[in-house]
Amino acid sequence: MFDIFKNRLLKGVVTRHIPLELSKEIESCGLELESLIRKRFGRSLHIREVDTGSCGACESEIISANNPIYDLQRFGINFVASPRHADALLVTGPVSKNMLIALKKTYDAMPCPKFVITLGDCALDGGIFKDSYYTHGAVKDILPVALHIPGCPPSPSVIIQTLLVFLKFKDLK
Amino acid sequence: MDSREIVARIKDKLPEFNPISIERNFPDEVCIKIEPSAFKDICVLVHEITSSAVMMLFAIDERVGASKFVINCVFLNSKNAEWVILSIDIASDNPCFDSLAKNMHSASLFEREIKEMFGIEPKGNPDLRRLNLHDEVWPQGNFPLLKDFKEPKEGNLNEYKFNRVEGTGIFEVPVGPVHAGIIGPGHFRFSVAGEPIINLEPRLGFTHRGVEKLFEGKICSEAVQISECVSGDSLFSHSLAFTCAVEKISGVSVSEETGYLRAIFLELERMYNHVNDIGGIAIDVGFSFPSAYASVIKEAILQLNDKLTGSRYLKNINRAGGLSLDLDGVKKKILLEALKNIENDFEELVRMLYSSVSFMDRVDTAGVLRKKTAEDLGVVGLAGRASGVPIDLRKYFFGLYNKAGFKMAVEESGDVLARLKMRIFEFNESCRLIREFSSKFTDFKKTDISLSLKAGSALGYTEGWRGPVLYWVRTDSSGFIERCKIVDPSFHNWQGLSYAVLGNIIPDFPLCNKSFNLSYSGNDL
Repeated sequence: MFDIFKNRLLKGVVTRHIPLELSKEIESCGLELESLIRKRFGRSLHIREVDTGSCGACESEIISANNPIYDLQRFGINFVASPRHADALLVTGPVSKNMLIALKKTYDAMPCPKFVITLGDCALDGGIFKDSYYTHGAVKDILPVALHIPGCPPSPSVIIQTLLVFLKFKDLK
Repeated sequence: MDSREIVARIKDKLPEFNPISIERNFPDEVCIKIEPSAFKDICVLVHEITSSAVMMLFAIDERVGASKFVINCVFLNSKNAEWVILSIDIASDNPCFDSLAKNMHSASLFEREIKEMFGIEPKGNPDLRRLNLHDEVWPQGNFPLLKDFKEPKEGNLNEYKFNRVEGTGIFEVPVGPVHAGIIGPGHFRFSVAGEPIINLEPRLGFTHRGVEKLFEGKICSEAVQISECVSGDSLFSHSLAFTCAVEKISGVSVSEETGYLRAIFLELERMYNHVNDIGGIAIDVGFSFPSAYASVIKEAILQLNDKLTGSRYLKNINRAGGLSLDLDGVKKKILLEALKNIENDFEELVRMLYSSVSFMDRVDTAGVLRKKTAEDLGVVGLAGRASGVPIDLRKYFFGLYNKAGFKMAVEESGDVLARLKMRIFEFNESCRLIREFSSKFTDFKKTDISLSLKAGSALGYTEGWRGPVLYWVRTDSSGFIERCKIVDPSFHNWQGLSYAVLGNIIPDFPLCNKSFNLSYSGNDL
């Protein structure tokens, strides 16, 4: 107990300021849907993540975005355990044939209104795996995708910035 | 080192042993071609002599040109620091071979893989269910690793049959493929009576992407990129094992400095993963502060990677023939200074964990994997060493590790605590090794070697943080990859997990799972 208390004081606050580049161009859905999403989820967004065949690096960076340094939760964005609790589905990986049903079922299990975000180059178009006999490639051919976060893997700051720019996050603290 | 030592020892036990050919193309590989009829007996014999599990067992399609399939079975002869490859040719018209699985359980999954990917029958294997090509989505009769496979033909779909435990009061708990956390997909079928687990059958393959097929026909530089996408958390180990194989084929030996620098990156990869898993073990018993503390350390290592190489996960720096980055004195200083802070923080983390009685109570004796089980299943790497199987490729093969006085950690108890202790020991050892290695060079300039690949095959290997990562690569005369067989340690170790959880309660499964932390994508390929 003493060690925990000591280390808590010694480390202090490690959370970083994340600079927002609002001019950043992001690949996303049409304006109408965007503003709707912003209106509904701008201050509280709950995300369910599904790995459809990624190598694990994207997952690692999503987890990093939740660590005390990047602390995604301070912006009202949470990762949830069940699709029933989720507003958005975050998909990584090139959609292995084996994951197609699970991906669709997860999406169907989410309550409306809902939208889909893809993360990482594989989820955009299959990436390095697009010519494989066992992948479907682009997630957007399977589900309606509202936003893509590019990178292989995208770093935690890119993940957070893209999400916040998309949600036009205003009161940055 | 007597290159014929292994042959003499086989002859000792089996006087009529008469190999078709014995080749030693590389000092660390001996390839023995034998008759198919003697395959099983000799494999079992080599298994006994070397006391090595089946490290690799795979097929090669040589029907074009030679109208045959080749089956290679690879053992590790750690005493001689060499790989023993037993090879047979089988006719292409009725492809089959004698199953090894009843004598060596570690061959079982490999045989299932050969069956599903090539349609070659391992005669006598009682379990030929498919692993990665799920029956529900992939029609029967399509074998993607055959050279003439283009598109899947229409065929029947089936349903996967789980092993069932039946009796009064037994019920099944299916979990996955989509899990509660931010993690890869896999399905786990628990059979429980009351609280304790009496059977766990993992069904994996959900992240199958056909990686081995993708390698075929690629040039070396493209293939390195694919190897970096096999398993994202051991990206550098995978690319290193691949480049090791192609460097062997082309006969290029990298400079000593490159070797040291690669070892530094390998150890950095080990460190960020070990600290990540230690944090994971803490959070899986609900001990959140040390877990957050561990993620701060992990982030520090990732940022250090970024500063040194421009990539948080050490991507795009390893090339066949060298490394594509400069590391000058300034960067070396950054490395050593960051290491000091990381080490201090890590010491605090360990102190917090060890001084918490409730934490120690949860990890002690949870998820025990016994030594005999680990040996039979062929559990390798960190999980194997935690159960008293003392195999670490760094000890046998890489001279630079021995020069640095590398110490291999081995634990006997095989529980979560043992795997935790292994990680703590290895983390500290990695820090020491990095210091040692970085004193061996002053100013590293990127090596620009263009490899000229000729026809050949070689086994590339490295000890990643989970265990040995193996790449068997064959190239054709113009240097394109003809076949690439990958074995990630997870492939061996998932079975170990399903035995380690027996008798534990389902709520302890995440803890046991995290203490192994196996790769889904490395297993499924």
